[in-house]
Amino acid sequence: MRRLSLPRLTGHAVLVAAAVVVLFPVAWVVAAGFRTQISLLMGEFAFSPVLMNFTEVLFSKTSDFLLNYRNSLLVGIVSTALCLLIGTTAAWSLYRMRWHPWVLHSFLGWTIVFHMIPPIALAGAWYTMARSVGLDNTFTGLILAHTTLNLPMALWLMGVFVRDVPQELIEAARIDGASTPVVLSRIVVPIIRPGLAATGVLTFVFSWNEFAVALNLTMKQTATVPVAIAKFAQEYEIQYTQMAASAALSIVPALVLLVIGQRFIVSGLTKGAIK
Amino acid sequence: MKATTMPIGEPRAVARSGKRGSLLDDRAWRWATFAPALLFMLGLSVLPLVNLVATSFHEVSWVGASAVWQPVGTDHYEALPNDPLFRAGLVNTIIFAVSAVAGQMVLGFALALLCSRLGSGRVVYRTIFILPILIPGIVIGAIWKLMLNFDFGPVNQLIGMFGLMPHDWLGSSATALLSVIVVDIWHWTPFCFLLFLAGLESLPQDVYEAAQIDGASRWQELRYVTIPLMVPTIVVTFAFRLVLAFKVFDEVYLLTGGGPGTATEVISFTLYQRFFTEDRVGYGSAMGVAVIFLVSLLLVVALNARRKREGMA
Repeated sequence: MRRLSLPRLTGHAVLVAAAVVVLFPVAWVVAAGFRTQISLLMGEFAFSPVLMNFTEVLFSKTSDFLLNYRNSLLVGIVSTALCLLIGTTAAWSLYRMRWHPWVLHSFLGWTIVFHMIPPIALAGAWYTMARSVGLDNTFTGLILAHTTLNLPMALWLMGVFVRDVPQELIEAARIDGASTPVVLSRIVVPIIRPGLAATGVLTFVFSWNEFAVALNLTMKQTATVPVAIAKFAQEYEIQYTQMAASAALSIVPALVLLVIGQRFIVSGLTKGAIK
Repeated sequence: MKATTMPIGEPRAVARSGKRGSLLDDRAWRWATFAPALLFMLGLSVLPLVNLVATSFHEVSWVGASAVWQPVGTDHYEALPNDPLFRAGLVNTIIFAVSAVAGQMVLGFALALLCSRLGSGRVVYRTIFILPILIPGIVIGAIWKLMLNFDFGPVNQLIGMFGLMPHDWLGSSATALLSVIVVDIWHWTPFCFLLFLAGLESLPQDVYEAAQIDGASRWQELRYVTIPLMVPTIVVTFAFRLVLAFKVFDEVYLLTGGGPGTATEVISFTLYQRFFTEDRVGYGSAMGVAVIFLVSLLLVVALNARRKREGMA
């Protein structure tokens, strides 16, 4: 047991307090989704939960939330698949195929610069381009945009994992006459599976959460979940409880991924930023 | 070590020089695997930015789906410094980014230090702390819009318990920016915590043992061992967060919409208003180019500071 300057109890108390500060606002809003508008406005502490808000948000004739949900899933899944495919092959190529350092550095350097650009400035540029080729208000436009936004991260993360693949294995396969696609699919991909999971989870979550570009590249029929929530929160007469219910529903995919892939998320976030 | 890797290394040389087919194969696949990423970055990042720069020298109007461009020279750029929203946006963004990131770094470091020293319960804390990072920014805005509501928000209910009057946190210009900063600290302190915790866990243990043998106090250990060793992680986290803070948009869009007045006008939001709300595509593009230029400048300064620091150390 390590020596401690602070009593363990105080330390844990501080961390538990921090955890409560993190959890409380989320829990409170999820709970607000189960309240009636009156109960919420009266500021009652105790309330009997109702499902009305969720049924309104999901199934009311005036609500497009299920459509938005489907749109977000579609854009998220397709752009994640593209990011994994393109990011992994590019990481392989850049780190294992002996490019001139100049190529490597200028390409990676550009991805870093690109990552710093405010998405809203990109949304402007993409909007004018998409509009002139007729890709505004289409899923293709948004999928391409999200793939581009997340590609740098996918590339850096997969770069870390690809470089960890033992050179001996690749060379052994080469000697046996394996071509590049065989080496990639039979040897590299099985080894970097945890990396693919981490990158996939993060890419999907970032696409799911992305707002600025989706706001400006979509219309009613193609809008994603964040765009729908912004609309909920901006009506003249805010339906607070419905807004809370839709907010709660929008966190579900991230929560599911958190439960399934906790370790992937941590390794992804820390590897992406530190290495 | 060398003896064992030699037999594996040698046949590769044979394969490289001996089999021409595999060399050609390599060259083709090298391009084939890199081309998609290259095409994406050229077509969807370089080209749009070139397009953005070109647009910034024009007035653009739409006739149906086709754009009509009218050159205006550098008019847009000359108008920028006199735009009150642009100036307010810059000032607020700097105040916001610096104070929010400073708060996150200090809190995140303290919590990570505490967590790594306690040892137990790490996985639980880590799991809880990931939550805000995974929630959409727009939902963070929605959550805090409810939390800070004047009439029924828990924050006002809480201060009411202490006999204080409810306060319109987002609606008063005195506290609106502060509220946005606090929300951002809530949002991103966990991220700093995760990175710092990972950094602390990867520090070499023998240095600590040496420090303990030398009779270093806890404080000396922190000051002379932990912090110096953590400098790379701290610098990376700081740069990463600062760039993200400069891009802040979603939370402000929902929490305050830049208001009241220009109290929370941040640069991304100004850009959005000029480009999309007012449909001033040319002027908005010029602002976008200016913002990109300023962010790159920031990064160059930060990298230089880091290099200088490393040179001194």
